[in-house]
Amino acid sequence: MKILVCMKQVPQKDAPLKLNESGTWIREDVSYEVNEPDAYALEEALRQKEKHGGEVVVITSGPARAQQVLREALAKGADRAIHLEDDKFVALDAYNTARALAQAIRDERFDLIFTGLQSDDYGFAQTGVVLAELLGWPHATIIMQIEKKDGGIRVKRELESGFFQFVDMPLPAVLTIQSGINKLRYATLIGIKQAKNKPLRKVTYAEVASALSPNLQQIQRLYIPQKTKKTEMLDGPPAEIAKKLVDKLRNDVRVL
Amino acid sequence: MPNTILAIVEQREGKLNRVSWETITGAQAIAAETGWTLEAAVVGSGVGTVAGEVATKKLAKVYAIEAAQLEPYTPDGYVAALKSFISECKPQLVLMPHTYQVRDFAPKLATALGRALISDCIGYKKEGDKLLFTRQLFQGKFAADIGFVSDAPWLATFQTGAFRGDQVKPGDSPAAVETVSAQIGDGAIRTRPEAPFKEAKQAVDLTQAEVIVAVGRGIKEQKNIEIAKQLADALGGEIAASRPICDAGWLPMDRQIGSSGQTVAPKLYIALGISGAIQHIVGMKGARSILAVNKDAEAPIFEIADFGVVGNLFEVIPPLVEEVKKAKTG
Repeated sequence: MKILVCMKQVPQKDAPLKLNESGTWIREDVSYEVNEPDAYALEEALRQKEKHGGEVVVITSGPARAQQVLREALAKGADRAIHLEDDKFVALDAYNTARALAQAIRDERFDLIFTGLQSDDYGFAQTGVVLAELLGWPHATIIMQIEKKDGGIRVKRELESGFFQFVDMPLPAVLTIQSGINKLRYATLIGIKQAKNKPLRKVTYAEVASALSPNLQQIQRLYIPQKTKKTEMLDGPPAEIAKKLVDKLRNDVRVL
Repeated sequence: MPNTILAIVEQREGKLNRVSWETITGAQAIAAETGWTLEAAVVGSGVGTVAGEVATKKLAKVYAIEAAQLEPYTPDGYVAALKSFISECKPQLVLMPHTYQVRDFAPKLATALGRALISDCIGYKKEGDKLLFTRQLFQGKFAADIGFVSDAPWLATFQTGAFRGDQVKPGDSPAAVETVSAQIGDGAIRTRPEAPFKEAKQAVDLTQAEVIVAVGRGIKEQKNIEIAKQLADALGGEIAASRPICDAGWLPMDRQIGSSGQTVAPKLYIALGISGAIQHIVGMKGARSILAVNKDAEAPIFEIADFGVVGNLFEVIPPLVEEVKKAKTG
């Protein structure tokens, strides 16, 4: 099975974020990590390859720093990587990001394309589904299990409130993967060493520009949300906080 | 001719998903401010009753978009039906609730129409002629006001809880219901879904608990959950967790609070070491009182907490357990 995993580099979860000067995005001088659902998508692809053979290719679009995500993926066992490298990729909306990815892989023949179900930074949950429509492939979202069957795959979709649903579908297909589908592996030292020799193809903005068009949505402003709730912060030594809290629980919340 | 807003409600097995009322409430608010006409649509097979229910609200018309192939839900089916309906009716704005089902087809619908979708919005703003949609970024640390830079239709989905379903305005008289026959080609539907099911028998119904003590990544290790359990026991409450804790197998899946797990509204929700990611918040923001303990003063959980402690939960909770025990016996 030839599987493509679309991965995104996002600011680290606990990175202190600050607005840029124009108030339209964050300042880029923070630490980055792989988008968590994408790490689960990669792990799932590696497991499918271990079961059924084939190839795992990882792709990302973003600045030079995004290469780190691909290097880590190669170290974990991906076979090759594709980096659409340019700062301009950051500002593309989901529609354009998907078009850029589709353009970069137009000569390849994948059986499956995985994305994480959404990104931890933008949280749009669209790129994978948009990509499926652009490619004319069937898709399924928020996937917790994938089984290869004759004529296709059987996937388990997660629904709200603890419900699930099995779906049969043909290949090729796009799946957006839910966190917790599996347990993530660590890259081994051998893996890290081997990663250095694995192919990493760079794709320039110019190469995919013909597939792009202006974003159809625009961020007017980014800001720190105004708090609508009045939070009472309690401080002091833990023993004092405990007494104050019990007071609140008794008199305000009335659970004591 | 004023523009039209089309609110697409969600049904499952002929029953309206009640989160749809929130979408109608939001749509009514936008209609009132813009002067646009509000219409609604429901997609499926045999959805006349649902359409009739929606028609009792204050809106101009309800469409029942019908085809046998639209039951059960598939993204291919829904997009085929909605793409042709929207291309015909040409609404200015299409609104939907941000449910797992809508997430499954709305981006495909937008792409098929060659348009943009602004998803998971928590509200909107009308600034002069401009209509902006507000959504959270970076797990709630920032908000963004986003506008469409395209022709109609514009598509947007609203986060659960962005509007209140109980504030939906009833109509003076039932709106007209029109049944539209959707044409879905043979072979258009490529996925074959089975019936939804619940995995394990749910051992605990967290929706019934008056007090919930929930743990997140800040609990660091499985054995530390013991502290939270002690607090839950002292308060006569239930233990719960955010998704990563259940993914790791530290607590069973039926203890999960959030969009994939249970949605609760207890008297008291204590969030320990939970940052406040959106997928978790949507499952508990209805709690009467929220107490958050987190070592990060910037954690989004403090946006919705009534009481907050910025500190090390391993130092804060044990004395609290003792004080609670004292208060209960004293």
